[in-house]
Amino acid sequence: MNKPDSRLTNPRTTIENVVRDNYGKMLAALIYQFKDMDLAEDSLQDAIASALLSWEKPGLPENPIAWIIKTAKHKIIDRIRRDKIFSNKQMLIAALDNEMHGEGIDGFIDEQIPDERLRLIFTCCHPAIPEAARIALTLKTLCGLSTIQIANAFLSQETTIAQRLVRAKNKIKVAGISYEVPSADQWGERLSSVMSVAYLIFNEGYCSVSAEKSVQIDLCHEGIQIAKTLMQLLPTEPEIIGLLALMYFHATRFSARLNHQGEIISLAEQDRSLWSQEYIVAGDKLLKAAMMMGNMGAYQIQAAISAVHAHTSNYEETDWAQITLLYEKLYQYKPSPVVELNAAVALSFAQGPNAGLAALESIEKEKVMQNYQPLFAAKADILNRAKKYETARMYYKKAIKLTVNQADKNWLQDQLEAISSP
Amino acid sequence: MQYLLMIYQAENAGPAPGTEEFGAMMQGYFQFNQDMEEQGVMLGGNPLEPVSTASTVRVRDNKSIITDGPFAETKEILGGYYLLDCKDLDEALECAAKIPTAEWGSIEVRPIMDLSKFQPG
Repeated sequence: MNKPDSRLTNPRTTIENVVRDNYGKMLAALIYQFKDMDLAEDSLQDAIASALLSWEKPGLPENPIAWIIKTAKHKIIDRIRRDKIFSNKQMLIAALDNEMHGEGIDGFIDEQIPDERLRLIFTCCHPAIPEAARIALTLKTLCGLSTIQIANAFLSQETTIAQRLVRAKNKIKVAGISYEVPSADQWGERLSSVMSVAYLIFNEGYCSVSAEKSVQIDLCHEGIQIAKTLMQLLPTEPEIIGLLALMYFHATRFSARLNHQGEIISLAEQDRSLWSQEYIVAGDKLLKAAMMMGNMGAYQIQAAISAVHAHTSNYEETDWAQITLLYEKLYQYKPSPVVELNAAVALSFAQGPNAGLAALESIEKEKVMQNYQPLFAAKADILNRAKKYETARMYYKKAIKLTVNQADKNWLQDQLEAISSP
Repeated sequence: MQYLLMIYQAENAGPAPGTEEFGAMMQGYFQFNQDMEEQGVMLGGNPLEPVSTASTVRVRDNKSIITDGPFAETKEILGGYYLLDCKDLDEALECAAKIPTAEWGSIEVRPIMDLSKFQPG
């Protein structure tokens, strides 16, 4: 990345860019050293404010990140000195003073901040923290979003998110969740949790149409950023690469999936000339790299499914047989009724609607499917294609009842009304 | 940090006494105790007598109310506990997973309150 010449560009923008690009790294380093998220966040934000003031005229110092970290550490020491409730206060202050006096200002010019982001993200995504809180905490600390931004993105109240963050931070402290990367035998499960959070964030941006469009695309980018950071820090994990590929393939359709009124256009009806070739190429590269590592997984398979669509210029030419096989493979890694449902839908296109209906028979009986909107919407469509119009109408009505999103409701209503009577 | 590991299971779940599986389970507990001692985290632990021997005390309006049975009728009941001194939650959770009853019951892991935080530094 080219370092901007601070004398020629707007100093404030440059500083903001530098801060935004390094926020997660700076915060992670401070949290790891002082084991206190609130203290680290508050001090870092104070230090950033100081930076904005101090650098306004002279521009960026030679090592802006070290400057901010050093300033933040000074502020932390001050807070600890003033605050009466810190345990081991004396020990901590002594340790810090040692560090500070050990190097003069020059010592910081070449200092490389250790990258503690991996510890931070594993901590934020610890299974002992409720899922909604894992998402909020990751966005707040690793991505540097404000509480308001998170609230807006998830259509929640600011107070709800604030409370969620307070409880999560409290749990980390009181229950003794340490800022460590998990051990080998916990690795699989813990990494799974981290990737799940990244994907949930991406999906919130991708699927939520009721909030402001620009906000939602930002959330997708945060999801992508998290996956990219993970890939950078853990370059030999194929599922992370698969996850990023999957996000890229979804991102391909950013410009084609909403109409002017902000309503969703289905895959069948999208103008594929609007699909981003750049994202497709990038997705292909990543998927190939992942698969070459020879350790197949759920995200890689989902990316492969997405890739089939991405490489099809015409909906009618979709290779549903291939997609069905991929969903069946996915089931081996992710044996859930939802995957079965997707396989049944693909089968209904590959071998005809009656084959799909047969596959759905056992799936429908599963407990989790009883009020699962996508099942009813999917079956309604398959019934329609099988010319079973009365039953199709029933299923559309139930689907509409279960649908929360108004745009989706409208779309289903349109399908219902379009059913020709025998 | 000290953690209380509470062992919950459905009343008649688990192997019946006298069976081979019961023997294996007891061996599992014996091993667990040994492992925790070796790891240096063991502070204590005990099985509890069955829930039919439980009594509950509540004091309301200065009156002591004694009832027969556990505080709440639940499907899974508290069968025993361990008190461990672990370096962090992850260590406590890993220990909890080794308790034999974890395979058919639930282990609740909760930190013991750190009272030193209320004392002036």
